[in-house]
Amino acid sequence: MSRKLLLEHINVPGIAGLDVYRQKGGYRAVEKALKTLTPDEVVEEVKKSGLRGRGGAGFPTGMKWSFLAKPEGVARYLVCNADESEPGTFKDRYLMTHIPHALIEGMIVSSYALGANASYIYVRGEMMPQIRILERAIAEAKAAGFLGNNILGTGYNLELYVQPGGGAYICGEETALLESLEGKRGNPRIKPPFPAIAGLYGCPTVVNNVESIAATVPIINDGGEEYAKIGIGRSTGTKLISASGNLVRPGVYEIELGLPVEEFIYSDEYCGGIANGKRLKATVAGGSSVPILPANLSLKLANGEPRLMSYESLAEGGFATGTMLGSGGFIAFDEDQCIVRNTWNFSRFYHHESCGQCSPCREGTGWLEKVLHRLEYGHGKMSDIDLLVDVAKKIEGNTICPLGDAAAWPVGSAIRHFRDEFEWHVKEPVKSQSVNYGLADYAKPIEKVAEVKTGE
Amino acid sequence: MSDNKVKVTIDGITVEVENGTTILNAARQIGGDIVPPAMCYYSKLKGSGGKCRTCIVKVSKGSEKDPRPMPKLVASCRTTVMDGMEVQNITSPEVLEARAGVVEILLINHPLDCPVCDQAGECDLQDLGYEHGLQKTRYEFERRTFERIDIGDKIQLHMNRCILCYRCVYTADQLTDGRVHGVLNRGDHSEISTYIEQAIDNDFSGNVIDVCPVGALTDRTFRFKNRVWFTKPVDAHRDCPTCSGKVTLWYKGPDVLRVTARKDQFGEVEEFICNTCRFETKNTSDWTIIEPTKISDTSVIAANHYETLRPLPVIKTNEQLREANKKELEKTIKY
Ligand SMILES: Cc1cc2nc3c(=O)[nH]c(=O)nc-3n(C[C@H](O)[C@H](O)[C@H](O)COP(=O)(O)O)c2cc1C
Ligand code: SF4
Ligand code: SF4
Ligand code: FES
Repeated sequence: MSRKLLLEHINVPGIAGLDVYRQKGGYRAVEKALKTLTPDEVVEEVKKSGLRGRGGAGFPTGMKWSFLAKPEGVARYLVCNADESEPGTFKDRYLMTHIPHALIEGMIVSSYALGANASYIYVRGEMMPQIRILERAIAEAKAAGFLGNNILGTGYNLELYVQPGGGAYICGEETALLESLEGKRGNPRIKPPFPAIAGLYGCPTVVNNVESIAATVPIINDGGEEYAKIGIGRSTGTKLISASGNLVRPGVYEIELGLPVEEFIYSDEYCGGIANGKRLKATVAGGSSVPILPANLSLKLANGEPRLMSYESLAEGGFATGTMLGSGGFIAFDEDQCIVRNTWNFSRFYHHESCGQCSPCREGTGWLEKVLHRLEYGHGKMSDIDLLVDVAKKIEGNTICPLGDAAAWPVGSAIRHFRDEFEWHVKEPVKSQSVNYGLADYAKPIEKVAEVKTGE
Repeated sequence: MSDNKVKVTIDGITVEVENGTTILNAARQIGGDIVPPAMCYYSKLKGSGGKCRTCIVKVSKGSEKDPRPMPKLVASCRTTVMDGMEVQNITSPEVLEARAGVVEILLINHPLDCPVCDQAGECDLQDLGYEHGLQKTRYEFERRTFERIDIGDKIQLHMNRCILCYRCVYTADQLTDGRVHGVLNRGDHSEISTYIEQAIDNDFSGNVIDVCPVGALTDRTFRFKNRVWFTKPVDAHRDCPTCSGKVTLWYKGPDVLRVTARKDQFGEVEEFICNTCRFETKNTSDWTIIEPTKISDTSVIAANHYETLRPLPVIKTNEQLREANKKELEKTIKY
């Protein structure tokens, strides 16, 4: 069994309540941080831990915190991004539902480190039950003296607010989230300035994912160095992975970073293999925005070595043969799944969710969706495939926020790795409506590539 | 070089500008062909820019201190210059290709109804399409359509033509009291609208017509009266209690068909004008005429102003006459 830091007590009855949470060692981190450490020392521990943002981009959390501007007499804010809406990602919801105090405790520790006296948890609007759960947890924590004025007699004051989201995926993008939190239309802001300089209400702000914030609890309890011992290389600690698709046991798992992808899919400790005895065709390793990989490249690097669940290993090979850890939304596709259909489905999502501010994303996402729809339903042309690549290229890198990239990458990668299947939809317009292309060569061992581009 | 000045080189031309200037504004200080086209940025509107992506350029050298090139093309209207920065606009095939891509994308849902659009002849999108666009479209789907909306009795909104540059939204926000004009919905079904089609009713609302780069917001008092290239623009002035009273009158014969704000060489209004000047003061006697508006000779609006643009056929065939009329003949060459 690998180590569990966030979900260790997840199965203890009543862990969602303050009493049981405290019996299991909860709120030790608050006591330790507020009573024995200075805010800068907390930041230092998080830096030492090597924790990287769990919201998708993987930016080192300690470093992000140290960039926060600290002008005299200006409020600073911590905002927790709980807008989780990426297709395939449902780890934050799980954590907030079952062990809400882990997030509240992390919020107190992190707010203390940043010198924030009012912090916000922006929860996806559809997650009404979770909003209620968090509100109840906040009330409990406040009654126990962990929130409010003069927390634990240390003189530190903190109010925590839960804000229901505006009902759009784009409100998960940190600057759109801040706009929405301010009560405006959730359009991403043009950067610079970054939130660390001018964020919520123009004040210095840190936006962190639910899991990143919850991870500060074990970091403070055990020390940053202990945390950094878990994992592999620059991918330290544990990560929540929400596994879905054609798996025997889909669900949310806490893994130590560095776990081989093969073990994650097939071992009984995790997903238990592909459901119904079928074979793996492809994976989307980190939520719908990351490049899709065929089975062979999902399990192995281009040089034949095993691929690991870590920021670096998943990115190995760049866009040619690699993908990204993203937000940890792991989707497995079996041999009966249609990649064209899936790509269309993802495109439909991005088309629907584009905020519409910048032309390439607003118009391009719709174009991609329409062409993919036509291909999927047997009305496509051979030239459509290159058209898709071209339109995706026009969006990528030419937008205000990364949603444009997120819309372009799944299309580009699907065509890169599954071109045969797209062509088959054109050549067999009738047959493709009733049967699937199948596994083809997508699980065959890849020939060793002489020159392998390494990830960043 | 003083402390708050920086040097930037755009398409090989170096210019010294204030620290904090954007690449686009630095290019405007140089002027000419190297100025990137801007469909959403408007220097008079705070927060504008960054959206249309037509102004993209390549930064081939970040600065003197950090000479690394920027990894992606950047929106020149929202990227500030650094000392020693080197920028490529029309000298970079990559930029031109990407810009053509943006133009293509701006046109996929556009109705292409220039023949019946009042903006034709003074439309930034038409100019861009002409310069960068493809002859054919690769878009084979039904185009997005909306119903026309009358925003009050003076302004009409034709959403089909809108490129969602947000200029009118900023204008309504920053120039007029009470926010009534904004964006509804999202993505490619976003639409500019007023809350429940409420009339925009205040002294400066008419300016949304002038800032609109396309024919989405048009003047109902001018609608279908004439093609702009058949009208003659004349700068005029009156003592107006509400605004500066500096306008351009658009004449057809003796009649003033429309009144607009004066526009500079980058197509931006010099000073916003009030609705009384724009919609209700259309007699020559209301105005002090200053001079004919200067129009670039490449503009279709200039075409109608010079008799000499239609030389007698004999001039073209007679060598001597041709030589004598060389300068005038050059004007007849369309670019
Ligand atoms: C379109 C879009 C949607 C996003 N949605 C989320 C989200 O739901 N939750 C989240 O934590 N981060 C999301 N992000 C990433 C955030 O912008 C931001 O990077 C993150 O909250 C930072 O937290 P971290 O450093 O702890 O990862 C999204 C980004 C984009 C571009
Ligand atoms: S990339 Fe898309 S979602 Fe992001 S700001 Fe532009 S239009 Fe909005
Ligand atoms: S109506 Fe005109 S000014 Fe307003 S957003 Fe559309 S194109 Fe821009
Ligand atoms: S003018 Fe710069 S993006 Fe529109």
